[in-house]
Amino acid sequence: MAEKDIALMAHLMRRAGFGAQYHELEARAAKGYEATVEELLHPEDHENGLDLDLAERCFIEWNHFIRCVPEYIAYRMINSRTQLEEKMVLFWHGILCTADSKTQSYVTSHAELEMLRRCGMGSFKGLLVEISKDPAMVYFLDNCLSHKDAINENYGRELLELFSMGVGMDGEFNYTEDDVKECARAFTGWTISNSIPQQPYGRYSSQFVYNPNDHDQEEKTFLGHTGNFNGEDIIDIICQQPATARFLSRHLYNYFVADEAQVPAWMDTPLQDPDTIKMLEDEYFRSDYNIRSMLRVLFNSDAFKNTRFSRIKGPIETVIGTLRLVGDWTSPKPGFESIFEEMKHMGQEILNPPSVEGWHTGKEWIDGGTLVRRINFIADYVGDVSYPGIQDLVQTLAAEGSTISPEGLVDGCLRLLGHYELENETRHMLVQHAKKSGESPTNTREFSQRVGQMLQMIVATKEYLYA
Amino acid sequence: MTSNKKDPVLVVLQMTGAYDALNTFIPYSDPLYKDYRKVLKVEPEDVLAVDDKVGFHPAMAPIKDMYDQGKVAVLQGIGYPNPIRSHFRSLDIWHTAEPDKMVTEGWLGRTIRDLDPNKENILTAVNFGRGLPRALAAPGVSVASVGNLENYGVLTGIQGNDQRSEALDIFARMYSPMIGTGLVNDYLSQTGLDALRGADILRTSLDTYSSSVEYGGSPFAQWLKNIAQVHLSDFGTRVLYTGVNPGTFDTHANQNITFSRLWGDVSNAVSDFYQDLQEHNANEEIVMLLFTEFGRRVQENGSGTDHGSGSVAFLIGDSVKGGLYGEYPSLEADKLDHGDLQWNNDFRSTYATILEQWMGVDANPILGGTYEQFDLIR
Repeated sequence: MAEKDIALMAHLMRRAGFGAQYHELEARAAKGYEATVEELLHPEDHENGLDLDLAERCFIEWNHFIRCVPEYIAYRMINSRTQLEEKMVLFWHGILCTADSKTQSYVTSHAELEMLRRCGMGSFKGLLVEISKDPAMVYFLDNCLSHKDAINENYGRELLELFSMGVGMDGEFNYTEDDVKECARAFTGWTISNSIPQQPYGRYSSQFVYNPNDHDQEEKTFLGHTGNFNGEDIIDIICQQPATARFLSRHLYNYFVADEAQVPAWMDTPLQDPDTIKMLEDEYFRSDYNIRSMLRVLFNSDAFKNTRFSRIKGPIETVIGTLRLVGDWTSPKPGFESIFEEMKHMGQEILNPPSVEGWHTGKEWIDGGTLVRRINFIADYVGDVSYPGIQDLVQTLAAEGSTISPEGLVDGCLRLLGHYELENETRHMLVQHAKKSGESPTNTREFSQRVGQMLQMIVATKEYLYA
Repeated sequence: MTSNKKDPVLVVLQMTGAYDALNTFIPYSDPLYKDYRKVLKVEPEDVLAVDDKVGFHPAMAPIKDMYDQGKVAVLQGIGYPNPIRSHFRSLDIWHTAEPDKMVTEGWLGRTIRDLDPNKENILTAVNFGRGLPRALAAPGVSVASVGNLENYGVLTGIQGNDQRSEALDIFARMYSPMIGTGLVNDYLSQTGLDALRGADILRTSLDTYSSSVEYGGSPFAQWLKNIAQVHLSDFGTRVLYTGVNPGTFDTHANQNITFSRLWGDVSNAVSDFYQDLQEHNANEEIVMLLFTEFGRRVQENGSGTDHGSGSVAFLIGDSVKGGLYGEYPSLEADKLDHGDLQWNNDFRSTYATILEQWMGVDANPILGGTYEQFDLIR
């Protein structure tokens, strides 16, 4: 197995998943890159390897009760073999945003995330219809308060601005204030039963209800089209817009390829890679708005394969990736809440994006507090050589020779972490550091400590902030 | 320095979980109070009365003493338009000073940017607790967030003093800006070095501090001690933030037992902190804001209280003109807001007062509007 193939696989698994241990990278690379992409794109054809029955026995009804939904989601992210499926849940959760701080109903949030998992790689048009009917969303953006004689524009606006087209493209506005109003009119009557939250009798799940008596049946004019439109018609028109192709492509690029400007700046900020965006836009129309097709084109492109370490990892990627690396939480055990809390303290709380705009990404993940928290969290894990993933790593290095040189230690750790790359100066500092202990025998207990400490130094680098 | 007068400092104390305003500052002579609170009522003779109508809960004696010395402003009926009874969203509103829509910048984050636009002091604001409250967050604003001052820093998990100091030395060199690696890397370098330097500076406060005051053992009391340590070290810190853990004051059940204990802990910690400042001649330098996210239901539920609106907050310090501000909300059934106290005092008036009269910054751009101020800073 050529190391360059494993390095490429490490890249794919960091982006299309939450990273993987070295032996998994070897196994996947042996199957081939394109075959692995296909496997990731088709979770329905492959075992996810999750023993959810066992988990359910440990955490009773954890997948929809108070406080447990974030843990359930995190557990899936750590352990699912169909990694892209879970990565797409996080992708959509950060775009088609609802926040539990308002909806106050985990059972409804859980239903939404299950929907995102089910629809997240299908037709974008279908997904927009589903999210418009999603009870958490209907409540979160007040569409249940929008009536034919008193429209509430909140959902109509965000559907255009944050879920599909964006305010503008290439310096031009994509729609007018009148379009927002007409859009909102078309979604009147899209409401829910059992409006949430439910106090004091506990929380029930809400259901989507279409109330024809509260739907505005009059003619509407939206983006130049005129007719007696209902919500589906509006979504149909939205999906035909070049702006929608651009918006979705740019989001995919930002999430899977390289950090882009923040969404509010997209109207006026030029694309950093117009060719790749064009490729995605073309596939959007060619495939009739199929997200899976866009992802296939993306992962198989040279632009994707060659753009390494150009995204700053988010807190959820950081925490989940670390746990996958060291091999913790592979089966249920008590104390999971602290894992979920850790992501929150690094700035990304599952089910609570800070606003309907979702999380800001890239360098905005990092401030003094979150940087310290992130580095200490990872360093505490990788420095603990009792974790199975770290033991594997130590033994793999030890098996390569009875002694190891300082350069060999640094480069070996970088390779087994998933072919991380350091700036020359940084690598030089770590090699100098390792030289103080010189050439070391690999069959001693001190050796595993040395590896643990080298890993701690590597995860503290600026370079390791990236994926 | 031509004057030894220090810049004013704000300490914010967040009482997460929503304390029961009605039993915190009690309308003890209102007959309706006893009707609503058959189990939870505090008897009139136990209330620490400030006049013939209202008074403090008996567990708040240390704060009542400060009130008697004219150092406590009671902000009655405090709240915001369209009250929300979710802890998270309501805290968010207090943090961002924006009740109408969800935004990401905190009011103190914006204040810090105003106080230190060129980021000359990495310790302009320090938070004590787990995770940074949104109140202190704003793009480009660096705030040190400390869980425990004794072991705060980067790579605290590295075993052995020599190993750790060598690791920190390498860390500092790794985060030195490298030429030609771009703006984002420059930002990451700066943030890493700031965090390292901030931790180094903060740690020195442990060596210089000594006091005869013995703080309680609760995390809140220890964080207030940390705040005293940092303030007395003269790092130029202007905003210090801490609070009790989420849910602490969320007394849906067994309120009588927990409520007294909680206010006892909090009041003693606040009083210890004030005495510590006094011992170091620093008592004129700080104003404290003590708040919670909302009030609780007027009608008790049998052993506790459910989520409500209309609350009470406190400003404490030598520079505060003690007394009652805002109106005590009526308990008449038709004056309640869905069974909750009707707020009459927009929390942004208190923020504006603090910002302009104490911190000396322009409140309008920070709060996104002009709010009537109280005349309560000396």
